[in-house]
Amino acid sequence: LPVAISDLPAFLVDAHAAMARIRAFEELAADAHADGRLPGLLHLSIGGEAVAHGVIGGLRPDDRVYTSHRGHGHFLAAGADPYRMLAELAGRDSGLCRGRGGSMHLMSDRAVMATGVVGGTLPIAVGHALALEGDAVAVTFFGDGAVQTGVFHESLNLAALWSARVLFVCENNGWAEFSGRDEHTRIADVAAYGHFHGLPTAAVDGGEVVSVREAALQLLARVRAGEGPALLECHVMRIRPHYEGDLRRGDRAEGDPLARLEARMLTDGFSPDDLARRRADARAELDDACARALRDPSPDPVTDAELVFASAL
Amino acid sequence: MTAPTFVEAARDALEHHLAIDDRVMVLGEDVATGGPFGLTKGLSQRFGTERIRNTPISEGAVMGVAVGLALGGRRPFVDLMFNDFVTLASDQLFNHAAKLHYTSGGRRPVPLTVWTIGGAGTRWGAQHSQRLDGWLTQVPGLKVLAPSSPVAAAGAVRVALDDPDPVVVLADRTLLYSRSCLPRDGASPWRSRIVQAGTDLTLAASGRLVHLALDAAATTGASVEIIDVQRLAPLDCDLVVESVSRTGRLLVLHDEAWCGATAATLVAAVSERAFWALDAPPRRLTSPATPIPAAAVLEDAYMVGGDAILAAINEMVNG
Repeated sequence: LPVAISDLPAFLVDAHAAMARIRAFEELAADAHADGRLPGLLHLSIGGEAVAHGVIGGLRPDDRVYTSHRGHGHFLAAGADPYRMLAELAGRDSGLCRGRGGSMHLMSDRAVMATGVVGGTLPIAVGHALALEGDAVAVTFFGDGAVQTGVFHESLNLAALWSARVLFVCENNGWAEFSGRDEHTRIADVAAYGHFHGLPTAAVDGGEVVSVREAALQLLARVRAGEGPALLECHVMRIRPHYEGDLRRGDRAEGDPLARLEARMLTDGFSPDDLARRRADARAELDDACARALRDPSPDPVTDAELVFASAL
Repeated sequence: MTAPTFVEAARDALEHHLAIDDRVMVLGEDVATGGPFGLTKGLSQRFGTERIRNTPISEGAVMGVAVGLALGGRRPFVDLMFNDFVTLASDQLFNHAAKLHYTSGGRRPVPLTVWTIGGAGTRWGAQHSQRLDGWLTQVPGLKVLAPSSPVAAAGAVRVALDDPDPVVVLADRTLLYSRSCLPRDGASPWRSRIVQAGTDLTLAASGRLVHLALDAAATTGASVEIIDVQRLAPLDCDLVVESVSRTGRLLVLHDEAWCGATAATLVAAVSERAFWALDAPPRRLTSPATPIPAAAVLEDAYMVGGDAILAAINEMVNG
């Protein structure tokens, strides 16, 4: 795989399509949650689209992706079916997890799992990396809030000790739940922990998809080469509140990665009509998928307990 | 040839599985040098330190690594040393391992074995002698086995490593170096088993208490049916309920605090399903709801003992 972007115009078109699709999914989820169509505790990834596509779009099919409670974008970037994701959010038997998981517990194949516990997937990704064949890599996304958990430090230590093929990707939005990073720690830069453990480490503007992709490709090449785990810190904006329905913080539009990408593409001569149409098409497709998901049947409470174990007793 | 001890039998079962299944690997503190109680003695020499892998003292992340190995197609076996340290591994065990098959809609099994020891009797104090059965058994999604003999210990390791779900094998600290067998050893580790048939009273017990129950029953004139409850989660109640429907009396022994779960749930199951067969109120013998004391005289008083079992049998049958 290349360690740099070879065809920049083609990359930008792909990035716009992928990021517009994530944005449309999350805006639909926000609307449908607000009007009562979708239940649950939703943490939207608006503001993180460039990280999701920048990193995951640089992976191979045999790599595996782990994420946090804010993982819709990572699942979409890894190829999960948005109709089945919406059915999962709606609690339908046709959902990705047959309605048993919901937004924070999505599980699939290439995107293995999300978690509702901050930091929860960090060690799991390390373990999965040890089980992968050849030079395949496990990538785990987490917010800067996870950096203050014990399991973050245990996981970096274990991954470094065992030279696990893991790419740790911190989406540093400066917020941990409802308070700022400076109220949680005196360590401003998450990248400091990568340097401390001797990992290949980079810190980038996570709102800029080209920077994210190039940094990810360089670090992934080193991880595949057996240099051990690597850490990528992406500075992003949390444009939506911590969770949908929280009234404490409204939208903050500055640093919007999709708007920044479109501004760049317009400067490069792309047609504004094309960009607007692609966003409208993505939303229309997802509105159809959501309507279809909402018509699907709910799971059956009578047989529900059969899913607790893989092997019944 | 001398019969193996409990821990030797478990070790041999583990070695057998390592030999026949490349997916099996062992993680834990000092496992590559035999483990603190000899469970992994000699295994790293045969299978290497990648598969018999020493870990730092990072129980939370190590349990998470094991979950990831399981999701990646391996069969991890974690030596958690003392079950007191379940507290440190609990997020990965309870919030992740136990739930993932369900929350994935059946998509993702988590074949994970956790070996851990528990129980008082060593003067090791409040943080190395607990039985956290209540914790382990109250999160749906974990299977918990409590073997009572060397044969049962080997069987528990064998079925756990063959199972697609997370299984905790909870071994009694005071049984580890015991060679004592039980009648009808070799029965399925998943099911409760009758180790002694009787007609006056049903006595349900696990682990070391099965041996104490047999000794106590031998010195009373009563006909005591002794049931070894091997599977603590999901708690295997059926045989106990069936037995009480014949004997009319239930005595449950369990090594956990009075406020724990196993004994209470057995009493509840019998009360719900065999109430009209009861000739006497069901009774529990457990430890009190205190931390485990360090002083010998206090720890001895804390533990369920043979004299109390004998007295309870006699009171229930003759009283």
